[in-house]
Amino acid sequence: MHHITLKVNGVTRSGEVNARTTLVDFLRDTLRLTGTHVGCEHGICGACSVLLDGEPVRSCLIFAVQVEGQSVTTVEGLAKPDGSMSVLQDSFCETHGLQCGYCTSGMLIAAHALLASNATPSEHAIRDAIGGNLCRCTGYQQIVEAIQLAAKRRAGGER
Amino acid sequence: MSAPPKQFRYIGKHRRTKEDPRFVTGTGSFVADVQLPGMKHVALVASPHPSARICAIRIDAAMALPGVIAVVTGAEYCAATESHLVGVDAPAVRRYALANDVVRYAGEWVAAVVAESRALAEDAAELVEVNYEPLPFVMDPEKAVTPNAPLVHPTHGSNVIFQRTFSWGPVEQRFREADHQLKFRARWARSATVPIETFGVVANWHRATGILDVWASIQMPKFPDQIARSLRLPGNAVRVHFDVDVGGSYGVKRGIKHTVLTGYLAMKLGVPVRLIEDRLENMRGGDMHGPDRIFDMQVAFDRDGTIRGLKIRALDDVGAYAGRSPLQLGKPVGAICGPYQIDAIEYEPISVLTNKTAQEAVRGFGQAPTNYALELTIDRVAAFLKQDRIAIRRRNLIRAEQFPYLIPSGTTYDSGDYHTVLTKALDAAGYEALIAKRDALRRAGNLAGIGIATCLEPSGGNSSFEPLFNPKNDTTTWMDSCLVRVDLSGAITGVMNTSTAGQGHETLVSTVLGEVLERDPNTIRVVHADSLNALPSNSPVGSRMAIMLGGAAAGAARKIKDALIVIAAHNLGVAASEIVYADGNCSVGRDATKRLTWDQLVEIAHRKFHKLPAGLEPGLQAKFVWEVPTGGALPTAEGRIQMYPCFSFEAHVVLVEIDALTAQPRILKYTCGHDCGVMISPDIVHGMTYGGIAHGIGAALYEKFAFTDDGQLSSGTFMDYLMPSAHEVPSLAIADHCTPSPLTTFGQKGSGEAGYLGAPAALASAINDALSPLATSIESLPMTRLALFEKIEAARHHKGIA
Repeated sequence: MHHITLKVNGVTRSGEVNARTTLVDFLRDTLRLTGTHVGCEHGICGACSVLLDGEPVRSCLIFAVQVEGQSVTTVEGLAKPDGSMSVLQDSFCETHGLQCGYCTSGMLIAAHALLASNATPSEHAIRDAIGGNLCRCTGYQQIVEAIQLAAKRRAGGER
Repeated sequence: MSAPPKQFRYIGKHRRTKEDPRFVTGTGSFVADVQLPGMKHVALVASPHPSARICAIRIDAAMALPGVIAVVTGAEYCAATESHLVGVDAPAVRRYALANDVVRYAGEWVAAVVAESRALAEDAAELVEVNYEPLPFVMDPEKAVTPNAPLVHPTHGSNVIFQRTFSWGPVEQRFREADHQLKFRARWARSATVPIETFGVVANWHRATGILDVWASIQMPKFPDQIARSLRLPGNAVRVHFDVDVGGSYGVKRGIKHTVLTGYLAMKLGVPVRLIEDRLENMRGGDMHGPDRIFDMQVAFDRDGTIRGLKIRALDDVGAYAGRSPLQLGKPVGAICGPYQIDAIEYEPISVLTNKTAQEAVRGFGQAPTNYALELTIDRVAAFLKQDRIAIRRRNLIRAEQFPYLIPSGTTYDSGDYHTVLTKALDAAGYEALIAKRDALRRAGNLAGIGIATCLEPSGGNSSFEPLFNPKNDTTTWMDSCLVRVDLSGAITGVMNTSTAGQGHETLVSTVLGEVLERDPNTIRVVHADSLNALPSNSPVGSRMAIMLGGAAAGAARKIKDALIVIAAHNLGVAASEIVYADGNCSVGRDATKRLTWDQLVEIAHRKFHKLPAGLEPGLQAKFVWEVPTGGALPTAEGRIQMYPCFSFEAHVVLVEIDALTAQPRILKYTCGHDCGVMISPDIVHGMTYGGIAHGIGAALYEKFAFTDDGQLSSGTFMDYLMPSAHEVPSLAIADHCTPSPLTTFGQKGSGEAGYLGAPAALASAINDALSPLATSIESLPMTRLALFEKIEAARHHKGIA
């Protein structure tokens, strides 16, 4: 077992993990942050996406011991400081950018990272950003609309 | 009619769903989120052989691993549980979660290992040693029906599990009389909806109460009953918690074998047990592959394009075991002529066993493949006659004034306006401009084509294919229910009786209750019962919940409203007919002085028996159990039956370009005209339609559970089983139309399979239009880049332009 310490959603967390424990299992089973989901366990579907030092990564392809000292943001960490939904989360609700909700956390992580680096993304840029996240419910249409709406609202000063 | 017949207050309006907030905040409750104290984990040992005798299983090494609690094999398990139900009359096709004596497909579960963690269970599973004696096997369904083929279930005596020839109307006469005949073969490949969440279940046995608690990601009719039956328990010993959020299903989350196995392990070991499939278990042994069909189509038609008769032979490879899968050949009986006026049809469904992963229900329950074959037929008639594909459709489409319309197989279509929806789709697509764009692409040396498909979505599932395909099964009801409570505070709670996999049922129920009771849906709570306190439900299969759960919720709400009116009349000293109900308040006519408010009426119902009219129950609650409209009859001797009650319609128009170098198809424009009657929640209907089109794009162009000649699944990961991403699915446009159903509460029809039922046909139409200048065509899915490349190369060589 290995002792690891990292920052998760702004809070310092630590735990004992096997070397083979993936980051997603550590987040879900040890920290009980079950908003991050496991879809394929081989890095294709993107359901397990989290931000690692601000960059979207597949938490099924990273061992927990690899993130020692780093900063992880999960879907639980996307809300505003007062706990209410972020503009992006709220926009997903407004356009119904989800159905079963299983891929949603990964989509939000991918979209969050996009909007952090590109405040006015084109549709192509949006599709590119979520191109590594599979959704079987929506055909992506209302997800793209949600991200477009969030960008517009943020451009209008909403935070 | 292009608008709803009456104005609704909440129905048909944009409103945020009740479900979305919990998912965008990561606070949904999926089965893998269920955490019970002391819970143990299951991993599975799977067969590497498509067919083999199990000679010996050695578990000592696995059991010796620290943290391993049990290893269970088929011999013990099959003796202790009952075989799962088979949808057709084939009792010898026995099926258990764990193989006993023989395995019948590569990936079939042979042993279950229970350990302190999933990782330990996987370690131990690798230490289970199984000795197999390989046996002959058959992977090709056409070989499986030949006399000397290896038998998948020798005691059944044949690899054919269902076969019947239906003949409705003067088929031979029509074929004799018609000006022309065509015949061709079409192939629908084995694909599935493949939810991002795999199947999972947690079970916990309470020895003291004798209740098995089950949390499972399911979408399965009569699920609790089947679990109890296989575990030899009374129905009231299994409590399925329907409040588990299901991470996508679209038909496939059936999970009987997973749940019976997990329930057995929980009862045997006396601890909570969890089985969550990993992706390979899901793809190979999850038993969720969809229809796998060979269609032999014959069509008789006149020179003016009138279709006179059809002969359809559909051979479906259901794999090594069968539950409801053969019935997927049955549902298309209820829409066997599609949206067309064809009064003479022969249909020969043949369901065949092979040594492949078992087939399960997939979105549309067999209708999407049939629609694909029908639409190919229409396009081929048009090509033969050198007539426009749209003109051929217009000649044969049922006209608005012909409804209700009886088709030869005994089903009456409720309503529709197919011509108008097609016009709307063409207009929305900018059809003339689309043709110009296609032609410009062609002039520039590219392959480009326009696809047209006009397809039906039968909805309001009634399972009438059960008695049609199994004379020993005389099921004629497929009800659904809703319980509505108004509590002392005046708040409304709707109770539904099944789980949800993204269809937004809580939004549906709250919208309907709000509409009938004239109360704000945002204030209405909707909860999922568990199976021990649930009213009857047949789950959200067959595009049925808008019709059935919506109808049940409306029925229960009307009872509440009636009770409030009766209470008001009694207390205001007038007849109930004089009471005007508005926003939940009751007054005598428009007289504001003679009025009882919602809160006052609720308080009377809950606290003031002395103010209740005689005979009225105190409290304020109502249940409503609704039978499927038109339901209740058995099939005739000729196999005529009223299948589903309502028929939604979709007209797809799509422009596709095929890359000249790589043969990669690219969708340039996609438009779908859609009529599902009155939409209760347009955002949800549109979302499901977009998603259905995306599924259809996958089935048409990318997705296939492929098997090698030696019987191995060769597409068991998302690297080989390719699903469309946001790059492959283009921006989609929907043109709405509304022809209300006369059979349902608000005029609604089903829409859960929308898009998927026409998209593969539309893409096949577009690809074949693109290939037509090369005088070649493709009638086999998926139309992958490689398949297209080979077609194009062969055609160019043939024409000498390589």
